[in-house]
Amino acid sequence: MREGEKDPGLYDFLPYRGRPKIEWPDGKKVAVWVSPNLEFYEIDPAANPYRKSWTKPHPDVVGYGHRDYANRVGHWRMADVMSKHGFPGSVSLSVALCQHVPEVVADANARGWEFFSHGIYNTRYSYGMDEAQERAIIEDSIRTVRDATGQTIKGWLAPALTHTTRTLDLIAEYGLSYTCDLYHDDQPTPIHVANGKLISMPYSLEVNDHYGFFVYNMSPRDYADTLIRQYERLAAEGDESGTVMCIPLHSYLIGQPHRIGPFEEVLRHIAQDGRAWITRSGDIADHFIGQGYDRLLADTAHQREDAR
Amino acid sequence: MSLDPAYLTYPRRAQGMDHDLYPWSNLFDRAPITWPGDAKLAVSVVISLEWFPITPSDKPFRAPGHMQTAYPDYRHYTSREYGTRIGFYRMLDALAAVGAKASVAVNSVIAERYPALVRDIVAAGHEIVAHATDMNATIATGLAEEEERAIIRTSLNMMEKATGQRPAGWLSIARSQSWNTPRLLAEEGVGYMLDWVNDELPYAMTMPAGGIVNVPLNHELSDRQIITTQQHSADSYRIQIEDAADWLMTEAQSHGGRMLPLHITPYIMGLPYRIGALETLLKGLAGREGLAFLSTGEIAASL
Repeated sequence: MREGEKDPGLYDFLPYRGRPKIEWPDGKKVAVWVSPNLEFYEIDPAANPYRKSWTKPHPDVVGYGHRDYANRVGHWRMADVMSKHGFPGSVSLSVALCQHVPEVVADANARGWEFFSHGIYNTRYSYGMDEAQERAIIEDSIRTVRDATGQTIKGWLAPALTHTTRTLDLIAEYGLSYTCDLYHDDQPTPIHVANGKLISMPYSLEVNDHYGFFVYNMSPRDYADTLIRQYERLAAEGDESGTVMCIPLHSYLIGQPHRIGPFEEVLRHIAQDGRAWITRSGDIADHFIGQGYDRLLADTAHQREDAR
Repeated sequence: MSLDPAYLTYPRRAQGMDHDLYPWSNLFDRAPITWPGDAKLAVSVVISLEWFPITPSDKPFRAPGHMQTAYPDYRHYTSREYGTRIGFYRMLDALAAVGAKASVAVNSVIAERYPALVRDIVAAGHEIVAHATDMNATIATGLAEEEERAIIRTSLNMMEKATGQRPAGWLSIARSQSWNTPRLLAEEGVGYMLDWVNDELPYAMTMPAGGIVNVPLNHELSDRQIITTQQHSADSYRIQIEDAADWLMTEAQSHGGRMLPLHITPYIMGLPYRIGALETLLKGLAGREGLAFLSTGEIAASL
């Protein structure tokens, strides 16, 4: 990014109207990916000078216990519902979960889920890191996931959404192909990086279960209705050009007994609809880079010419 | 710019938890639990019965629901008292109407201030859980160990004096503990606590001081969370609990006993326009095959 400038220069402006058409496999209209955040929060983390972790003195029994529920209860309940309706996960992974609770990581891997990095712990933030430190957490992520699952990560969602000005350049340099940290679009788009090729994968804060339940204070049924509306609109617009819908989840929220039932109805709805390419983020990235990336770049270059 | 190198070292990064309070465990891999009477779903109603001094304390923190305006905060002092005088009796009646036994987490000063209230709880057959002395008696790391022990011991002694029975269970205010709390509770003879929300069945904590069981009292299903924090209606609360009961009852068919904890508050759910939703909920639950109302003590004893 362009450090210190008003416009960070992350991407070119590209209006929704008149873009080159994105075609998903088998004529599907909307690529739907479900992103469980499989996380580990430390009970007594080191302090980052730019962001506090727990709001209460350690141990924050409710804050920590709520998140720990994910690995004891929520994951298993959520994962079974996803598998039942044919949804693989694209995991935003606190990679230290590979050490702490390898059972959860092995379960996700056995279900055919993809892993990308969400940092080491969700209680260790990137703010304030120098380049060597940031390289260390990227290298740690690549190595840890490879050792635990045999997979090579293709994507990045910054730990607790904490970034530096060099994160995007660095992950592209290490060969990652997508970032989930930018929320400017409903389709994948090329991202400016110093070297290599990086795209933005539409993730979502707006329909993230955390936002649904704790920012918008939705009831479980209201959240389910929100997801179905989001899906219906993006599937309809996908007639024009393929769209992306992400369902970002935290099993300590969606796996609660009052929420999982209404959520299952969402998966049933999408699975039965027929317009969805139910897939993983890495598969969307591979498909887009293989098919649409160069045409889109050419088109934005063309538009820049026009503007001039 | 650069962080202290220690920020990139991870001393507890190894298999298992990053503390020694309890081991990791997968709910779905455990031997099935059996409830008294072979119920599939145990519903545990826990009522917090609290007394808020009009002179709030912020050490170590101010309890949720405490005074908010400049002194004297008549509006919150009396609204909380409303729960104790009126709302709680509506709840007792709602429980009696379906024959349900509950657990009441009582600030121990209630026993001295309102002895009739404690007699009514005992007469109805509900369990009394110790719940600190009053709503100024919050616990968190930083509170001196002897002060914390005094809160625990005083509240147990006062409840024992009032009822003749020492409470077996404990609930911290706001479920907030210090690093010492589980050990101090075990040392004071408490058999189980309701503070940790990381599970859906009772489990044993692992501490050198000896055993204490944790019975998870899901805060997400509490009236405080759903109605006060998330601002949902009483009917929405009822529907959410019914959805949870549906799910857990189905899960119990294949995985053994499940529990549904209902943590309710007299000054929240006991209001005239909300109590009807609670009555409807309890009536509906009571009519379900395979469902039993169990106290948290019975839940803990089933482990």
